[in-house]
Amino acid sequence: MEKRVVFRSAWLPYALLAPQIAVTIVFFFWPAAQAFWYSFQIQDAFGINKEFVGLRNFADLIHDSNYLASFQTTAIFSLLVAGSGIAISLALAAMADRVLRGALAYKTLLIWPYAVAPAVAGVLWAFLFAPSIGIVTYVIRKAGYNWDWVLQGDQAMLLVVMAATWKQISYNFLFFLAGLQSIPRSLVEAAAIDGAGPARRFWTIVFPLLSPTTFFLLVVNIVYAFFDTFGVIDSTTQGGPAGATQILVYKVYYDGVKAGDLGGSSAQSVILMLIVIALTVAQFRFIERKVQY
Amino acid sequence: MRTKIRVGVLAGAVLLSGTAGAQTEIQWWHSMQGALNDKVNELANGFNASQKEYKVVAIFKGQYPESMTAAIAAFRAGNAPHILQVFEVGTATMMSAKGAIKPVYELMKEAGEPFDAKNYLPAVAGYYTDSKGNMLSLPFNSSTPVFYVNKDALKKAGLDGTAPKTWKEFAVVAGKLKAAGQQCVYSTGWPAWVHVENFSAWHNLPIGTRENGIAGTDTEFKINSPQHVRHVQMLADFAKKGLFTYSGRKNEAEARFFSGECAMLTSSSGAQANIRRNAKFDFSVNFLPYHDDIKGAPQNSIIGGASLWVMTGKKPAEYRGVTKFFSYLSSTSVQVDWHKSTGYVPITNAAYEVTKKDGYYEKVPGADIAVRQLANKAPTPNSKGLRFGNYVQGREVIEEEMEGVFAGKKDAKAAMDAAVRRGNEILKKFQAANKS
Repeated sequence: MEKRVVFRSAWLPYALLAPQIAVTIVFFFWPAAQAFWYSFQIQDAFGINKEFVGLRNFADLIHDSNYLASFQTTAIFSLLVAGSGIAISLALAAMADRVLRGALAYKTLLIWPYAVAPAVAGVLWAFLFAPSIGIVTYVIRKAGYNWDWVLQGDQAMLLVVMAATWKQISYNFLFFLAGLQSIPRSLVEAAAIDGAGPARRFWTIVFPLLSPTTFFLLVVNIVYAFFDTFGVIDSTTQGGPAGATQILVYKVYYDGVKAGDLGGSSAQSVILMLIVIALTVAQFRFIERKVQY
Repeated sequence: MRTKIRVGVLAGAVLLSGTAGAQTEIQWWHSMQGALNDKVNELANGFNASQKEYKVVAIFKGQYPESMTAAIAAFRAGNAPHILQVFEVGTATMMSAKGAIKPVYELMKEAGEPFDAKNYLPAVAGYYTDSKGNMLSLPFNSSTPVFYVNKDALKKAGLDGTAPKTWKEFAVVAGKLKAAGQQCVYSTGWPAWVHVENFSAWHNLPIGTRENGIAGTDTEFKINSPQHVRHVQMLADFAKKGLFTYSGRKNEAEARFFSGECAMLTSSSGAQANIRRNAKFDFSVNFLPYHDDIKGAPQNSIIGGASLWVMTGKKPAEYRGVTKFFSYLSSTSVQVDWHKSTGYVPITNAAYEVTKKDGYYEKVPGADIAVRQLANKAPTPNSKGLRFGNYVQGREVIEEEMEGVFAGKKDAKAAMDAAVRRGNEILKKFQAANKS
């Protein structure tokens, strides 16, 4: 029973699409094209001297150990954020789905963090865990553990992963909850009658039926970790210490805006663009096949 | 756009009030926040009240990197401000932007405004002059790192409260503080500025070749010398023994000092006002510690802070206004007031002399430490200042490597070698982008 609207006019569909296309061209394609062009140039900050250098910016990047390290950091960061974000929100959704009393209150509270801006989330967590004044730091220190993310890279990473994940859990939670509620009760009940326990029912029935949702969230979360976590990082670690939390998108910003190296920064954006395109295509072509709809 | 509207409104207000018919407006973008912002407005208002022809409009444009980025974007779009405040690490970038900036000495000469670079404190002016001695930008807010000591904490540890002069004495004092239960013995703000740049100048060691880059952009870093490595290693050893607590790349350490958490601090002399207001203990301001086995130490320290750059493409009348404003800023009374109320060093010799004769330094001990340290000896090519391209990036590289050492992940030699290698790549790139 598919609904299909057919436009008879030759121009109306284009006219209706035009605003969106205009926005896409002005804010996405145009800057992307500009970045592409800049990535083959070396120019000073003021744009007085511009020189076409071919692939030199890219060659420089390949030899920059810092840039390669940033790749690794980004991979670890995205996997941690997407992985823990999905796992935690799935657990929360599965539990919230079974709550009978006060369900609305639980759900509202769980959705709440989504309304918090990334920068605010970052500052919040940075304060809680601040090395000299943080409340959580105080507790951790009391427990005899040396907490100092200003200097310890893995702790800084943990901090930004927590802040970034916390923000994204609400979003994932909503989708999982909707997914859970659309699973026919009869299936679960039939399994229960057959003697399957709650864990078994979850892993053999609910989880596979949720796989489209999980897959969708995986894509969204990885893209989120790649790009939208900029605010979290900028407001807490700013890529430090010693580049431990410098993810690719932060380095693009830093090199281009703060350090005035537009060529190198553009070359990084082009690479980032390619990665995200490849990632999305790979996810849809290969992983999607294994997903049961 | 917003700026334009604001300026328009201001201009309209001026016209309506009828105080002046055709005032020439001069835009000044700066990065001074809080009390300093008020002070900047006071300077602009003071100048505006002193004459009728020109009107300086001071606009806060965000922190140093942001205002510089904003000005670069504005320049590319063809509406840069007349005057831009740029922090010291942006100096090389500004200098190399030949089509974008108008050197101050040239501006003064063209306008026939009396101007002598010799009136300015050499340690300050040297930072902003080219190798021929021409002043390119007007020094504005300058500070230098100094050594703060919590005298009460020292006395509590059984010491007499005098600050250690050398790093050897420092180690002894630090050990005693630790033994007395001091939680954080020592911390530092601006690690690269204090422990690499100023360490080098203070010990008359080069930071880079070609007079630290002042003589030309074909420069390379020299910060992996045995002395540099030893100093960074010493800090790492302190960190390991709990005598040094790292606080971050900016001024985070200052709050830890005035809250009493850390007993000793090296940071900007500009932090004095804040420390004086907040510290509930007796403290002293001192010269930076030095290594007494390095010949020539202590030499003189170098400045940080910002200077005022003039952008190109403005009308001659507007430039005349800029020169008048610069003369006003450099006048002795303005400088004395600026120095006393902000803690930044005076930029002219005359202002320093007047403040000294006033007896101000007896009243506020420590206020003259910065100037005295800057003028400790006549600056050498190693201690005149530094000028490295894209040094915003370069400094960050040095700090990254230092953090690796303090965290115990790298030894000092490997880290400083890496800092030099990575830093030189940045310098080479800058040189390629700024061929002239």
